[in-house]
Amino acid sequence: MTTSAQSSIVNRKSKIGIYWSLTKPLQSGLLLATGLAGYMSARCPIFNMGTILGLTVSLFLAIAGSTVLNMWWDRDIDAKMGRTQKRATSSGAVDENEVLRVGLILSIIGVGIAVAMDALYGLLVFAGLFFDVVVYSIWLKRRTAWSIVWGGISGAMPILAGRALGLGFIDWIGVTLALGILFWIPTHTLTFSMKFEKDYAAACVPTFPSTYGLGFTRATIAVSSVLAALAMVVAGYGIGMDWGFLRLLGVLSAGLLMLAVAITFKPSERVNFGLFKYASVYMLAAMILVVIEVM
Amino acid sequence: MKISPLDRVLLLVTGILAAYQVAVGIDGFDALPIVAYTIAFGVLLVAGLLLIIWGFEVLDSPAVVIVSTIIPLTLSLGLVWQYASFGTSYLVFAIAGFLAVTLTRSIPTPGKIPTIVLAITHGIAGMTIFLLPIILSVQGKTQPLFSLVGVGGALIGIGGLMLSFLKAGKPILSRETILKILPGLLLLMTACFVAGFKFG
Repeated sequence: MTTSAQSSIVNRKSKIGIYWSLTKPLQSGLLLATGLAGYMSARCPIFNMGTILGLTVSLFLAIAGSTVLNMWWDRDIDAKMGRTQKRATSSGAVDENEVLRVGLILSIIGVGIAVAMDALYGLLVFAGLFFDVVVYSIWLKRRTAWSIVWGGISGAMPILAGRALGLGFIDWIGVTLALGILFWIPTHTLTFSMKFEKDYAAACVPTFPSTYGLGFTRATIAVSSVLAALAMVVAGYGIGMDWGFLRLLGVLSAGLLMLAVAITFKPSERVNFGLFKYASVYMLAAMILVVIEVM
Repeated sequence: MKISPLDRVLLLVTGILAAYQVAVGIDGFDALPIVAYTIAFGVLLVAGLLLIIWGFEVLDSPAVVIVSTIIPLTLSLGLVWQYASFGTSYLVFAIAGFLAVTLTRSIPTPGKIPTIVLAITHGIAGMTIFLLPIILSVQGKTQPLFSLVGVGGALIGIGGLMLSFLKAGKPILSRETILKILPGLLLLMTACFVAGFKFG
């Protein structure tokens, strides 16, 4: 093999690595898990491998595509924040037009597969992408701290879409599951915005801490944690979750509530970080419970 | 001392076992034992997750003494309610013991009263978890393997003693040694409880 061919392979490999990191695989994976759990919660024949594969591919591509598009749009503000300035989009490691093309291709293929599978499912996947890229990132993120609500709605779409794909329609349980995710997202993002408050201020991105202060932000986190836990337990009951699984969900929810109380009355960086991590574990565990229960 | 990846794995398995016990392992019991065991294993589960997230520094929190009282109290309450005739009296003791530990740890209390209250509460609860399952299995009222719950009780007692002496400034073993064996001890203890309830 010639030296130029070897270097071309190395370049390609490193580019794949760069784009993989731009899809935020952990975050995309968690949202994909919610979509799969939503689908399985409908108690449809879950071992229909074709549908499972289609759901996995379409959701992952749509979520990854919207994430790449967000990073493309936010590359200027990402460059001003210590936490994000090393991202390939803000550091200039990749061509910005190429990033836009990759984001669009991933999104179009993802939504395209979703629409081909089922019109309602496709519409919900598209709505998630639209809310995330257009409403949240392009329109509101730089204008108001409340943009996170729209980011939250977008994050709630995979679970609603998954359940709608399984049922063929939208029901109250799907909406409650989506509310669970919607209320969980502030627990996650607001804790993040408190930790990196200076970063966001440097980039002139309005956040709850900078707009309303830390006290109000903590109260919002506490209230949204309570609502997220409540929604997940109600949805679990609606799904027909076994009493033992509901007990376990209740225990995990109690942990979330305890941390919400702690962040309100004894706030510290450590508690913030703990709540941030626990909220992720909580949501992953809740999704696993939904899947195990149905299986 | 930093928490190692192996410690995290041990704590995760402990959490999974505790989760199993809450979800599946206590089905079919009366209401009060279900509530008591759910609290006991639930606290164990959430505590394990918080240890994974925060590391061993979380053990320095004053709340640890109160939270760690909940596990033996509720476990022993569940056992007594299921297998002994003095369930109501023990329920009163469990509530009073928890309130006493909480109060003496929350408000300034003179002398050795907090330590005495803690020793009495932990002592009675710990001996109940240790002895009751063994007595029941020796008497043939339960399967022999139910005595594993007693073994779990002994392990929780050892762990509790080590942590209590450490927090009191008179450690039996060095802090490093205690923290090194704690995740393994917690896993072994939980495994004994789960196996004891399952096969007993």
